[in-house]
Amino acid sequence: MPEILSAKGVTFGYLKEDNELNIVLKNISLSIQEGELVAILGHNGSGKSTIAKHFNAILVPQEGKVTACGIDTKNEEEIYRIRQQVGMVFQNPDNQIVATIVEEDVAFGPENLGIAPAEIRRRVDEALKDVGMYEYKDHAPHQLSGGQKQRIAIAGIIAMRPRCIILDEPTAMLDPKGRREVLTTIRKLNKEHNITVVLITHYMEEAAQCDRVVVMNDGELLFDSTPRDVFSHVQILKEVGLDVPQTTELCHELRRAGINLPDDILTEEECVEALTSLLEGVR
Amino acid sequence: MLRDITIGQYFPGSSAIHKLDPRMKIVLTLAYIVMLFIASNPIGLLIGILFLVFTYGISKIPPRMILKSLKPVVPIIIFTSVLNMFFIDGTPLVAFWIIKITLEGVTTAVVMSIRIICLIAGTSLLTYTTSPISLTDGIERLCNPLKRFKLPVHELAMMMTIALRFIPTLIEETDKIMSAQKARGADLETGGLMQRARALIPILIPLFVSAFRRADELALAMECRCYRGGEGRSRMKQLKIHSRDIFSGIFVAICIVGVILINVYAPVILPM
Repeated sequence: MPEILSAKGVTFGYLKEDNELNIVLKNISLSIQEGELVAILGHNGSGKSTIAKHFNAILVPQEGKVTACGIDTKNEEEIYRIRQQVGMVFQNPDNQIVATIVEEDVAFGPENLGIAPAEIRRRVDEALKDVGMYEYKDHAPHQLSGGQKQRIAIAGIIAMRPRCIILDEPTAMLDPKGRREVLTTIRKLNKEHNITVVLITHYMEEAAQCDRVVVMNDGELLFDSTPRDVFSHVQILKEVGLDVPQTTELCHELRRAGINLPDDILTEEECVEALTSLLEGVR
Repeated sequence: MLRDITIGQYFPGSSAIHKLDPRMKIVLTLAYIVMLFIASNPIGLLIGILFLVFTYGISKIPPRMILKSLKPVVPIIIFTSVLNMFFIDGTPLVAFWIIKITLEGVTTAVVMSIRIICLIAGTSLLTYTTSPISLTDGIERLCNPLKRFKLPVHELAMMMTIALRFIPTLIEETDKIMSAQKARGADLETGGLMQRARALIPILIPLFVSAFRRADELALAMECRCYRGGEGRSRMKQLKIHSRDIFSGIFVAICIVGVILINVYAPVILPM
């Protein structure tokens, strides 16, 4: 698999009011391959959103180098080529919808790219079908639910035909139903259209559904591995202020109480299986 | 309570007038206004009135909407009528002390009132039958040639679109802030004018702060979607001139030519 996003030795800081530099990213190196579904976890201020903004050239590193689809993000002439290839979806769906009609909003990105009208029409219809919102194409955005609006925002990005989508806490403002809708859509795009997805989140259950989990803490990478491996480090995750999925936590507590359970349980089925076999052993 | 506010005065429908190209509608409305002001003969004005009756009939906009649109201009009509009646010289009808009402004054007053009423009713038909978004679209495309004179046509249209898009969002937000302030004991309903105006401050400040934050986020999201102004931008929906647009254009042209011919061949008896 070819590399699609890469950060090498990236350091970045914001200037505070008293002119002091507040370092947010400390010498980060990260490489994401085409077709991956990666979650970036971390509590507030861990630098997870900041690294995401580096990948489509909203921010450029003060030290180190970031490339997206092989293009250096410091190259200002290529900035729109990067943004077309690496789409970004933000937390608040209300603040990223531009037009007053759903299909016009989805057309906004392709229109900016100067694509021919008939081709835009095709892409808009396809994108809306991909996120399951085709029947709402004539609605006004404010008539939709949060999850539906966020899916429209995702459609607006995929209509630009990107190779990679970065989602910055796309489910943080949604109810459980909207969260499920959005996550299903993301996984579908990743599996069926081979779009690389970087999902920034603080919901452990969402991270557990990804192929790979990167945990950030205080501007540094703490873990970069499979969800199964990452969530087995319950103690360390709790120390940096993160939760683990409920099943993992249950098994962890049981193990601490002296019950013999494997330490890499992730899904509910695995948990149920381990517990039943344990109970049968007791009987 | 704020939810009842409607944007603009658009009256959704599917009449021939609703379906006209917005550019055509804007141009024809302007042509109609010109026609009203060159009509210098009662028959010419009558054509203007019949034109309105005809178009309102096709559009199926309830006639009471005309009265509603006229309400705000009633003071202007009265004011200009009074001025015209008393200050135009000519054959006196009534005269006492320094006040004198002339025949010319009265005719001018009547003609001007008819013109203003027709003008408002005509332009209202445009906003009743055209959604704000296609109105913006039409204005943008009509003004495109003005780009040569450095007028930021695309930017203005984009601002209009975003404003329309955010009106419902900000109304919802205002509702939430009002409830939040009421829950903290804010009193928005009693007291004099000054007191009520002051009570609005704790609502307006959070609303403005949030509007600025939204603007900031929206700008970022637009940049991420490769927005870089009107340059090199294409549009999904192309406006096309259909036969109905051409027919309506011809119809208005015939009316104008008719008015001009009446002006030329019938004695001019009305003031311009």
